[in-house]
Amino acid sequence: MEAAAETGNMASVQHIILVLSGKGGVGKSTISTQLALALRHAGKKVGILDVDLCGPSIPRMLRAQGRAVHQCDSGWVPVYVDQEQSISLMSVGFLLENPDEAVVWRGPKKNALIRQFVCDVAWGQLDYLVVDTPPGTSDEHMATVDALRPYGPLGALVVTTPQAVSVGDVRRELTFCRKAGLQVLGVVENMSGFVCPHCAECTHVFSRGGGEELACHAGVPFLGSVPLDPELTRSLEEGRDFIREFPESPAFPALLSIAQKVLTEAPARLL
Amino acid sequence: MEEVPQGCPGTGSAQAGQGASCQGCPNQRLCASGAGAAPDPAIEEIKEKLKTVKHKILVLSGKGGVGKSTFSAHLAYGLAEDENTQVALLDIDICGPSIPKMMGLEGEQVHQSGSGWSPVFLEDNLGVMSVGFLLGSPDDAVIWRGPKKNGMIKQFLRDVDWGQVDYLIVDTPPGTSDEHLSAVQYLAAARIDGAAIITTPQEVSLQDVRKEISFCRKVKLPIIGVVENMSVFICPKCKKESQIFPPTTGGAERMCQDLKIPLLGKVPLDPHIGKSCDKGQSFLIDAPDSPAAVAYRGIIQKIQEFCGHHKPKQEPLPSS
Repeated sequence: MEAAAETGNMASVQHIILVLSGKGGVGKSTISTQLALALRHAGKKVGILDVDLCGPSIPRMLRAQGRAVHQCDSGWVPVYVDQEQSISLMSVGFLLENPDEAVVWRGPKKNALIRQFVCDVAWGQLDYLVVDTPPGTSDEHMATVDALRPYGPLGALVVTTPQAVSVGDVRRELTFCRKAGLQVLGVVENMSGFVCPHCAECTHVFSRGGGEELACHAGVPFLGSVPLDPELTRSLEEGRDFIREFPESPAFPALLSIAQKVLTEAPARLL
Repeated sequence: MEEVPQGCPGTGSAQAGQGASCQGCPNQRLCASGAGAAPDPAIEEIKEKLKTVKHKILVLSGKGGVGKSTFSAHLAYGLAEDENTQVALLDIDICGPSIPKMMGLEGEQVHQSGSGWSPVFLEDNLGVMSVGFLLGSPDDAVIWRGPKKNGMIKQFLRDVDWGQVDYLIVDTPPGTSDEHLSAVQYLAAARIDGAAIITTPQEVSLQDVRKEISFCRKVKLPIIGVVENMSVFICPKCKKESQIFPPTTGGAERMCQDLKIPLLGKVPLDPHIGKSCDKGQSFLIDAPDSPAAVAYRGIIQKIQEFCGHHKPKQEPLPSS
């Protein structure tokens, strides 16, 4: 590790995980949120950094919208989601006066804010920092990877939906990871199938199998398929804790196995 | 908020290139020279080039994966069903181009001619342009920062030889950043008829779409209306409806009422749409009688009517 990593706000952050996808709306923020909740249930302290500057979703998904970020001596104090302060959160959403305001910024300004987010947030002791990103392979991604490089991120979770149109974009994201020297922890397939609540017929709304095929093709681990579950969507809309409230949901085992993978990967890296 | 980071003074300002935060910015020298303040000569060139294009429509959404490209593709398919209508589809999603796959044009190449780049023609009256046609392999990632993306968009608008076109449809990436600003700025002199905004019913998507609407108002881009995609799901077995993405805050309908903009229609979530897109075929031809196809046609008609009534050359821009 470089000398810079020994000091500053990131010094006591153990593991950094990026959640990426070339495609928008595939569930990066959903997976980030659920991963953070699952890690919390495993007794970890988790931070979420939302670097999606034009479309921050995390505050709403954790029912933290409208909260404000405060300043302290060592920088910005993140927003704590719960009383135990086991999940802390930083997002551009907290810096907007009006939630409907558009952040109409070009690259350089976005890069500057991301650097500030990485350097100037007083996370304190964290076991995991989950970094939720916008879709694509552009400014935000390069800025984030560059800023985090001194702290040795654990790797990236790559999210896709099953259809070929999405998998096509995600293939490009895997190329980005390779070029950026970011280890791919695995591919997650989201919105895999929908079980009709009336007749229990499972429909593959967005086709099937694309995520697994992609992981196979690219030689990276496949972490599981998360089915479409209206309860999951609803729970995110209302900012509730899905993992605690719906252990019987078909989406539950997939989310848990992703968290498990992250938990087992982390100690391996410490050796 | 505009002060965070205490950064870029703006390319057009008197401080351009001179602020403390300009140190190390790749554009510092350009800004300091004052070149940023002068209008880009390309804007006039684009206006000249696009004189042969009657209507220009932007397809926008703050949120990703809500169906911008699917809608753009089907708007193009639908308009081009009339042989006498010339349609052009431009994909400015530089990092995640989906249009080539959806139109069954993967692996096609762009050709050079004396008058610029020739679009890839799917039909005689349907030309397509995308960064996807310029990539060597489907694994190639376009890892570009803003200025390079802007340059590409400028080239797409200025150097593509569209010929006589009735409708130019511009499919955009999610967000309110470089690509959007560039498209709007480069097309400022050529005039955009308006933007169709796509959303899904849930609040997590609507909150981003409200930002997109505030973007349209900031840059004075007329809004044709909102399309709610993935509205309800009809089980192919029992034909009963479910809401996969529940409209917990009233969906697009409520948002349109609140913001006083038209709702163009709601497209149900039909697994066939995704399948058609994966195969690169028109869903409107694959399943012409399905509720989703009917919804698409209704929306396309409303957009045609909007463009018919709206004569961008004479009318002043509607104030927001």
